[in-house]
Amino acid sequence: MNRSTLIRWIICICILMGCTACDTEHRFVKRTEFKKTDTIVIRFAGPVDEAWINNFKSFRINEQPDPDIILTIDRVEASKDRSTLTLFMKDPLNQSNPHQVVLPEIMSEGQSQGTAVVSVKKLYWGNLMSILIGAMFIYNYVFVKYLGLCVYLGVTQKKSTAVGMGITFTIVIIFSTTISWFLYQYILKPFQIEFLQIIVFIGLVSLTVQAVDTILRKVNPILFKEFGVYLVLIISSCLILAVPLIMAAQNYDFFESLMLSTGAGLGFFIALFLMACVRERIDVAPIPESYKGMPIAFIVSGLFALSFMGFSGMSIF
Amino acid sequence: MLENNQSYGNIFLNGILNENPIFRLALSMCPAVGISTNMMNGLLMGIAVIFVQVCSSLTISLVKDFIHPRIRIPTYTLTIATWVTVTDLVLAAFFPVAYKSLGIFVRLIVVFCFITMRLDVFARKNSVFPSLIDALGMGFGFLLGMMAIGGVRELMGMGTLFGVDVLGFRPLLFFVLPCSGFFVVGFMMAIFNYTEIVYNRRKKARSFA
Repeated sequence: MNRSTLIRWIICICILMGCTACDTEHRFVKRTEFKKTDTIVIRFAGPVDEAWINNFKSFRINEQPDPDIILTIDRVEASKDRSTLTLFMKDPLNQSNPHQVVLPEIMSEGQSQGTAVVSVKKLYWGNLMSILIGAMFIYNYVFVKYLGLCVYLGVTQKKSTAVGMGITFTIVIIFSTTISWFLYQYILKPFQIEFLQIIVFIGLVSLTVQAVDTILRKVNPILFKEFGVYLVLIISSCLILAVPLIMAAQNYDFFESLMLSTGAGLGFFIALFLMACVRERIDVAPIPESYKGMPIAFIVSGLFALSFMGFSGMSIF
Repeated sequence: MLENNQSYGNIFLNGILNENPIFRLALSMCPAVGISTNMMNGLLMGIAVIFVQVCSSLTISLVKDFIHPRIRIPTYTLTIATWVTVTDLVLAAFFPVAYKSLGIFVRLIVVFCFITMRLDVFARKNSVFPSLIDALGMGFGFLLGMMAIGGVRELMGMGTLFGVDVLGFRPLLFFVLPCSGFFVVGFMMAIFNYTEIVYNRRKKARSFA
């Protein structure tokens, strides 16, 4: 692929993603966004009336997943031209969920603009990045969620095997999660057979691994010689099934699930690499005989997990 | 039709002692580290695993003559996945609180390696009743391991067992932290290794004397 085609593709993808980002559900409400941890900013097309602003008790705000729990507003501030409202909430908002705001009978210069039901969510790009960084560091699947430990302990004896496994794993998990997303959204959900997701996803993972195995064997035998052994191991890793299940439970869209799988794969790669570096040194260190092998590996992982706890509660974007 | 004339008792104990999935084989460590914060979780997870292991062992030992050796691994995976789906739905319907505390790990029973291993090593070659005993032994081995880790963490962290106050104080709050699972498993493995080393040394000394 030459450079101009590549640039054209990138522009296409950017436009596509830009389109999915913009959202206005009501003609009078121009923009909604989270500002700080407990404020929502709403921008209107024109100035709204003072009396209507003071009646903020009739606004209704809830998280989209559970509409029964109505969040309470502490106070409302308007900008000078009365076209921007800042809602201060009593409690901090959980910004990873989209929120729904109902504004009844908006009054602008004596005229009613109708009732607006708008959703507030994080910026699409920021959301994608936070999913990626979150899966890599903040909720690292090995050190914070404790998944995929069998493979993690099995292949970290040497740095080269750890890198090989990391690369193979990342590729396989991106493939399998993408295919799982299509199957889940277009087959399982429309036919209402979501309860079959475990069987479908595990079958899909085995198929993906088998397909990568067959293709790699024909296309690039040298690469296959290097990475072929890890392919069989991948099926026995919890992580490869956990990512599609989380993707289905969170109801992610295509790019979000792509970011989730990339983040999970890279996070696993980082964990493997870190651990392999430590274990290569531990091999030559004088440690008590009863701690040799597995026990010391567990304790080192525990120390890693402790340090990864430092990321917890962090939110980017 | 037992191999090597093993007795049923030996088959049952094999899963608990010689091939304990957690401490001996070090397989499926994810739940042992992830949700072993208290004994109740260990018990629930153990029961779920026993159910899946017994049902899939029975299924495979019943249909073993119809499975082509080349497609045996996918067959095992799908069998286990079916039973895990059953467990998942039953737990979600009848024990919602327990289901919530176990989280995603109930569904991840599918990828616990030792279940597939038992199907391949034992259920494929033996008739129904020995397979049942073997599955029960393996499941109980897992349950005991999970309960041991959970018990240590709960006792050290909260001073309670099954939610009942035993010690009256909290020795080390560190053990409640999620990451302490790694340390507890590591230390317990080290203790088992140490006992084995001491035992072997004594045995050697006795043989010299």
